[in-house]
Amino acid sequence: MEHEIREQGDVLIAVLSGDIDLEQAPTARKVLLECVGQGKSVLVDLSGVGYIDSSGVASLVEAYQAARKTKSGFALVSVSVGAMRVLELARLNKVFTIHDTIEAGLEAS
Amino acid sequence: MPLQNDDAEVIFELTFPACPDRLKLVRTLVLEAARMSGLCDSSSRDLVIAVDEACQNVIRHAYCGDPEGKIILEFARTADSVVLKLRDFAPLADVEKIKPRDLDDIRPGGLGTHFIFELMDEATFTPPLEGDGNLLKMVKRIG
Repeated sequence: MEHEIREQGDVLIAVLSGDIDLEQAPTARKVLLECVGQGKSVLVDLSGVGYIDSSGVASLVEAYQAARKTKSGFALVSVSVGAMRVLELARLNKVFTIHDTIEAGLEAS
Repeated sequence: MPLQNDDAEVIFELTFPACPDRLKLVRTLVLEAARMSGLCDSSSRDLVIAVDEACQNVIRHAYCGDPEGKIILEFARTADSVVLKLRDFAPLADVEKIKPRDLDDIRPGGLGTHFIFELMDEATFTPPLEGDGNLLKMVKRIG
């Protein structure tokens, strides 16, 4: 898994790409919790995620819950087809705020 | 030691250590074998999710992260389905405890078993025909 953090005003954009599986989920968790810990709104770009499993999803849920505790924004953007399939299986597509594009996410933040 | 005891044609058998860094390799192999067996692309990808989660369960729960653990995955095809058997050599699991959790409870973890039961047409935990450990049989119908 690769990751890149971009800052746009008061919003952090965490771009995750590659596979977020049992091996890589701890890195995803660390990256996302560090972003949320900065107290800014966080957009997680999943457009480049080829595969995500339940442990990767768990890292998203943990970051989402941490953001809720601090009343910070947290949303997913440009979710890849493969990642959306897994979110739908977990019925988390109804829980996460999901935007089609980064621009839409920034506008809503 | 073949895990199949029926008329299935074995596509591959893979023995690998219970290490997270082997899962990408397993996923790649399963995806190609699923396509080769006649599953459509979406069903092949669903199969990959189920197998990955089953392997994860073995690594995390059966072997408790011990990379010395051994896993055998057998992928076979019958006339109308693909049949996967996942064997470990960990202490016998309490199959009554292996159940999907309530999805309305939004929390990290515990989704793997739900994925397996949701994506496969059959998923049954049985004691192996020979020796110790656990055997998970998963069936996905073709077409």
